[in-house]
Amino acid sequence: MTASRFIERHPVWALIVLVAAALLLWLLLAVWPPGLEEAIGRKRVFLNAIFNGITLGGLYFLVASGFTLIFGLMRNVNLAHGSLYLFGGYVGYGISTATGSWLLGFIGAFVLVALVGIILQIVVFRRMEGQDLRQTMVTIGLSIVFADLMLWAFGGDFYQIATPQWLIGPVQMPFVTAVKSSGEAVYLQYPLVRLVIFAASVVIGVLMWLALNRTRVGLMVRAGVDDRDILAATGIPIQLVFVFVFALGAGLAGIAGVVGGTFQSISPGEDTRFLLASLVVVIVGGMGSIPGAALGAVIIGLAEQLGSVYIPTYAIVVTFLIMVVVLALRPQGLVARR
Amino acid sequence: MSLAERTHLHAKPPASAALTPDASAWSIAQNPAPWAVAVILLIMPLLANGFFLIEIFGTTLILGTVALSLMFLAGYGGMVSLMQLTIAGFAGYMVAVLGVSGSAKISLGWPWWLATPMALALATGFGTLGGALAVRTEGIYTIMITLAIGAAFYYFTNQNWAIFNGHTGLNTIATPQFWGVDWRADIPFYYVTLGVAALCYFAVVYVSRAPFGLALQGVRDNPRRMAALGFHVNAHRIAAYALASLIAGLGGVLQVWNYRQISPGSVAVERCIDILIIAVVGGITRPVGAFIGAFIFVILRTFALDVLVQLGLDGNRFRLLIGLGFLAVVFWSSDGVVGLWEHWRRRSAPSSYRGGAHHG
Repeated sequence: MTASRFIERHPVWALIVLVAAALLLWLLLAVWPPGLEEAIGRKRVFLNAIFNGITLGGLYFLVASGFTLIFGLMRNVNLAHGSLYLFGGYVGYGISTATGSWLLGFIGAFVLVALVGIILQIVVFRRMEGQDLRQTMVTIGLSIVFADLMLWAFGGDFYQIATPQWLIGPVQMPFVTAVKSSGEAVYLQYPLVRLVIFAASVVIGVLMWLALNRTRVGLMVRAGVDDRDILAATGIPIQLVFVFVFALGAGLAGIAGVVGGTFQSISPGEDTRFLLASLVVVIVGGMGSIPGAALGAVIIGLAEQLGSVYIPTYAIVVTFLIMVVVLALRPQGLVARR
Repeated sequence: MSLAERTHLHAKPPASAALTPDASAWSIAQNPAPWAVAVILLIMPLLANGFFLIEIFGTTLILGTVALSLMFLAGYGGMVSLMQLTIAGFAGYMVAVLGVSGSAKISLGWPWWLATPMALALATGFGTLGGALAVRTEGIYTIMITLAIGAAFYYFTNQNWAIFNGHTGLNTIATPQFWGVDWRADIPFYYVTLGVAALCYFAVVYVSRAPFGLALQGVRDNPRRMAALGFHVNAHRIAAYALASLIAGLGGVLQVWNYRQISPGSVAVERCIDILIIAVVGGITRPVGAFIGAFIFVILRTFALDVLVQLGLDGNRFRLLIGLGFLAVVFWSSDGVVGLWEHWRRRSAPSSYRGGAHHG
């Protein structure tokens, strides 16, 4: 639905959206009057929460896009997706500490985790095609086994992947946080690495969108999402497409693991956290939709960060309420395919 | 679509011991096994000491009750809900918050006869609301939504200090004492858990044959046809969630009385998945499967460490064992241990097998 049609059909909603956008823009750009700072705290805190939320959304998008892609094509709710994320993190940590190269960590994590995905698809899921519930049960069993194997191999320690030298340090953002008494404006300082990673996840998202919408393989995948059986009947090697998509989805989770290990840290339990994040993102955004995953990821990332700043002991409730409201109003998700 | 539905196709609905409606199934001569089990359970305090009585059999009955609620939803309603333990944990938390516990700042200090029904009512409400959300979408999405609810509750208990006391949770929770009996002492508590478990078990068996249960199974098998027949499909599903929540809540109250403490660890996502494992390993199509699964799970959890160490392996790999066992069951016997048992019975005594009327 284009913007002009939306305004025509829902004038009241369009006005509300417009006012909200203007208000947000004002909150971001203007120097806050003292009354507002007294009411809801410093502007620097608010801006940091917004940026943290958006960059966290980038990370969530990386995890959830693989999840939603696999679900969309194969109807496979891969509850071991969190384990793939965690495995990617450990692989990235191992490679980047051994070679000293952060980027090699990404490549290694993508390749190895994609390999795990290929093995899973060929050895396990192909045997039970079309049995949604059984596949889901198997992924639950796999997630338990993987979690324990990783606990065995890596222990319960926290690992943090070292940020490369050229990405360390803050950059000055063009947002005024306050004005000193001398009249000099203070600008927001923000870590470069988070911005770079966010930009990278946007690039990956755009590349995925292009691959899905402009290439022949993407055409097959989209056709498969719409009707798997007809696609198979036209002679497309659908098993190959499945393996490709599973590898891509798993590899993305692996990349996300390296990102998560750099942003925060990796430890047992993170698999569950990111599984929950992917579930909520995909439920909110719409199952099987890449743009939906992007929208859901940013919404959930923002809700989590703003929530943890302004209502710390109820932050998760905000995330949860968003899910409830979406399920109540639009059970198929915000950007549903059907 | 559902596990139960598929197993119906290949496993001929058998007369699962004490479940058949005709009177002959209740006679001791025809069907001795359930009677033997009942008698053994009743005289258990004579056979087992305190450790076995509570740590093995009491825990089995409690976990079995929670798993029974999942079995009811999944087996009869076709809805695999991963939030049953969350509902149980919610009931446990409410007992601690409304009743008496070590954290005087949080606990309201109500007597047990007020706190317990209130906790059950709140847990039922919570589960019903969750169910009402989950039935907004169909089939496989139920797992995702209920898992999200379970995980969200876990993180919420972890970060909320006002009600749930953060990651320390609530300790030294008071247990009921009246008529001169300390109901948390080993033997009385065993009978309490046995009574509650039996009540829930027979309630599920009864409901599965009552008009509501039959309609629910119809909804599981073909929602569209049931809707065309004039049944309100979602109302049946939500009502099933309400009953299952009450059962899970009862399990949760017993759980908190058993350990006398509750913390976010008790409602962690792994615990939620344990309940699914218990129900699936036992056999998700029969109420008795929940208790068999719970027994296997508790035995494994208690003794796996010793056995693994005896075999010269790492004793900490208990969860690996559980995960592999679960995978094996999902791969080879989707009807769980109960399915294997019936398969074996039919093979060993084909003549005495009478087909039996099935509820389905």
